[in-house]
Amino acid sequence: MTDAHAIKPHLSREHLLDLLREMVRIRRFEEKCAELYQQEKIRGFLHLYIGEEAIAVGAMRALEPGDAVIATYREHGHALARGVSMDAIMAEMYGKIEGCSRGRGGSMHLFDAATRFYGGNAIVGGGLPLAVGLGLAEKMQKRSGLAACFFGEGAVAEGEFHESLNLSELWKLPVLFVCENNLYAMGTRLERSESQPDIHVKAQSYNVPAEVVDGMDVVAVEAAMRKAVAAIRSGAGPILLECRTYRFRAHSMFDPQLYREKAEVEEWKKRDPIDRLLSWMRQSGALHDADLAAIEAAVAKEVDRSVEFSESGKWEKLETLTADVYAGEVPP
Amino acid sequence: MTAPPLPKQGPEISYREAVREAIREAILGDPRVFLMGEDVGRYGGCYAVTKGLLEEFGPERIRDTPLSESAFVGAGIGAALGGMRPIVEVMTVNFSLLALDQIVNNAATLRHMSGGQFEVPLVIRMATGAGRQLAAQHSHSLEGWYAHIPGIKVLAPATLEDARFMLGAALADPNPVLIFEHVMLYNMTGTLDGAGPVDIRSAKVRRVGRDVTLIAYGGTLFKTLIAAETLAKEGIEAEVIDLRVLRPLDTGTILASVRRTRRAVIVDEGWRSGSLSAEVSARITEGAFWDLDAPVERVCSAEVPIPYPRHLEEAALPQPPGIVAAAKATLGR
Amino acid sequence: MAEFRMPSLGADMVAGTLVEWLRRPGDRVRRGDIVAVVETQKGAIEIEIFQDGVIERLLVEVGTTVPVGTPLALVSGIGVGAPAAPTPPPLRPEAVVQAPAPRVPIPGPQVGRPLASPAARRIAQQFGVDLRALRGTGPGGAIVSADVEQAAKAPRRFDPAEMRRAIGAAMARSKREIPHYYLSTTIDITVAQRWMEARNAERPPPQRLLLAAPLLKAVALALRGSPELNGYHGERGFEPSPAIHIGVAIAIRGGGLMAPAIHDVDKLGVDELMAKLRDLGMRARSGGLRSSELSDSTITVTNIGERGVEAVFGIIYPPQVALVGLGKPMERPAVIEGKVLPRRTIVATLSADHRASDGHRGALFLAEMDRLLQAPEQL
Repeated sequence: MTDAHAIKPHLSREHLLDLLREMVRIRRFEEKCAELYQQEKIRGFLHLYIGEEAIAVGAMRALEPGDAVIATYREHGHALARGVSMDAIMAEMYGKIEGCSRGRGGSMHLFDAATRFYGGNAIVGGGLPLAVGLGLAEKMQKRSGLAACFFGEGAVAEGEFHESLNLSELWKLPVLFVCENNLYAMGTRLERSESQPDIHVKAQSYNVPAEVVDGMDVVAVEAAMRKAVAAIRSGAGPILLECRTYRFRAHSMFDPQLYREKAEVEEWKKRDPIDRLLSWMRQSGALHDADLAAIEAAVAKEVDRSVEFSESGKWEKLETLTADVYAGEVPP
Repeated sequence: MTAPPLPKQGPEISYREAVREAIREAILGDPRVFLMGEDVGRYGGCYAVTKGLLEEFGPERIRDTPLSESAFVGAGIGAALGGMRPIVEVMTVNFSLLALDQIVNNAATLRHMSGGQFEVPLVIRMATGAGRQLAAQHSHSLEGWYAHIPGIKVLAPATLEDARFMLGAALADPNPVLIFEHVMLYNMTGTLDGAGPVDIRSAKVRRVGRDVTLIAYGGTLFKTLIAAETLAKEGIEAEVIDLRVLRPLDTGTILASVRRTRRAVIVDEGWRSGSLSAEVSARITEGAFWDLDAPVERVCSAEVPIPYPRHLEEAALPQPPGIVAAAKATLGR
Repeated sequence: MAEFRMPSLGADMVAGTLVEWLRRPGDRVRRGDIVAVVETQKGAIEIEIFQDGVIERLLVEVGTTVPVGTPLALVSGIGVGAPAAPTPPPLRPEAVVQAPAPRVPIPGPQVGRPLASPAARRIAQQFGVDLRALRGTGPGGAIVSADVEQAAKAPRRFDPAEMRRAIGAAMARSKREIPHYYLSTTIDITVAQRWMEARNAERPPPQRLLLAAPLLKAVALALRGSPELNGYHGERGFEPSPAIHIGVAIAIRGGGLMAPAIHDVDKLGVDELMAKLRDLGMRARSGGLRSSELSDSTITVTNIGERGVEAVFGIIYPPQVALVGLGKPMERPAVIEGKVLPRRTIVATLSADHRASDGHRGALFLAEMDRLLQAPEQL
């Protein structure tokens, strides 16, 4: 899988439309989630990915079905891009048994065995050791899969980041660390929490190859991912990609954003990954007049259908309240 | 400390060797099983449990890890998710606190959070308990904390048979299982005549008696059996229950005994406040209230970080005279 | 027409204060536009609208605090015509109730041990209430403290069937658990009889002694030298009682038997003892016994009296360890100094618990009784 064909994205019209469609799916899905949240259909914490869609979409296009994916609590985009059905994700947001985690997880804990999607981890840094172990399992069983682990730049302050980079490099494990650096850990700006704000430099101190990627450019993300994935599959050990990005929305729904200036948000919105891909496609002639409208219409339909699906979903019966805590019957 | 006399027929084996045999058997029997932890390989294990295993099985199956409890416990969870059957050794329960996030937030929750889609068939072994003058960061008994957590099972092998066979049962269990090995038991010797596979569901009556039920586990089991002998000389026949499994608790065995003897003493090397002994006492109150003749007594560690000097360490821990006194108190003597 | 409402931005947000309108009536708005600023406990948050349309009317003035869900403005649909956000239905399924905690079933009463709370047992002991005679009102029919307190206060009502059951249970337990041994001796009471008749000659009938009084007093005094016969056998083995409370078996009309206690018999004068016997007999037959009198005997005496048989070998009343049986007083030929003479005699028996004493001790006790009865004036 190291031929140039696999490493470079196919920049065909179909491929670009696919990237666009995926990003629009995530954006419209999450906008609907925000609306449903304010109507109290969705509760708990709701962390929106809007502005960062290029990373999940670009990255997932470079992965194979046999790879394992670990994400954070801001993972709707990753689940959608990985191929978990929108119906199952929305039903999970509703807490219905038709949800991808049977309603047990909610927004922060999307899981799907069919696509090897291992969550939805709401402890900052908590997913990294899991990725190390999933990579170890691939290696020990002599399978070709890798573990792709998404985390924010806030996780870099956790010991688990350093332990995991060290251990995975020490054992040369097939793990792809994807840092989604959106500059703010909730409200704490990177420079206010890190003595060395260049994250890729930290990785290099563990001998983990690292690269900085423009996380607002889906094509750039996919290209970097394909290169990294190929290297990992060839036995190079772990790689870290630092994708520089920005979230356009608040950290969660209940956040007045006291920690950043509106002007900064507006400045980053000029680099909206969907707009960028659109203008690039227009310039290169890959976008036809009706394309965007067709995508929007199809996505709107899909989103509406997911809401209907979730509304008509069922609540789990109280009799099974303590199900799935253990395998089999285990007394309290 | 020695085990109660077993027939001296088979070869003498120590608790340490029994655990090692269990690990060997597991690795030989299942290609998915491997062991990892701090100094389990070249060093031979902090308590020499894994001595010789690296030479026998090589670095792929016996993995020395960096001092990164969170990473290697988490990696064990990840490897279990990915189809392996890892045995993770953490040097002591005190160090396991560095991996508490992985154990409590991941191992215990992933099955449930994923709506039953994923399971974590992982075994984590660690040493627990005091008695070796290792002071306040290497001597605590925090297994009761883990027994608080739904989603994991917690075992405390006290006998050679359990040391030898609980690991196999734990690896066969699809749930994450924590095994606590009391440091004072590693040198205990005896034979394994008649021993065989054990369950990880039930408590066991280690001594039959009718006057009072003494409930213990792990390192306190033999102190409790000694106390029972002393009581017998004074005409008090104590029943001794070895909990063995701290989660799920075998409430049935506890209640059946207490309903018969009408009195209970819980012996726990953990501290009294908010403890496993409190949980056992609560279950007795819930299930055998109408049968009790006396308040439930507890013999626990003094509420102090374990001190270094021997006399203070001994005074801080449950000891046979205290157990005898508590048993007599339930009899009004 | 659609309503633009105060949004819920978190489960902990119950209300918001409108601090700024960013759009005016007549303004056209699109889905995603920021239309107002709301002050919350976390700070000011810009709120967006999720429908396209024209602001028709503002319903809430700046500075007003309103609960989540309150309409803030009316928006008329244009083109897209988004429907009004409906009043949020309850998010949680209806009839959500706390799943009941698993209950441990309350065990049924066991043979010989009624289901009773620790408090009930303590109070029962204090007031001498027999728990076996009570019906519980607590969980699972357990006897609780209130049941015992009531029983201690209430005059005992007589229920022959209940009594028969209680006697049966107690006697079965006794025969099952107590290794009985039996001794018998014939005591010459000629002297005691004369002594009693002499005293009675000067008295009106209500104050006359009956033979039972000196006999009981002799039993009590003899017990002082044989503590192994006076007390209780419990879970910790035999415990002698420092006090001598003699249960006097009294037959009840209509069937049944009671053995209410006379306390500290060894310390009572014979007349005093006789008064207590009379009182007890009357109250036993009228149902006026105190519960303590029914439960704290340290030994029982069954006195067959004038209408009875020659000898009685009784069953010990647990947890006591001995029972003295006194047969009918009879004229019997006795050999005294080589001559056969008629003497008034009584057969005294002892049933005793071999766990607490043996036959030698029992023999000494009966011999001591005999000796005491030969000097009745000293009783």
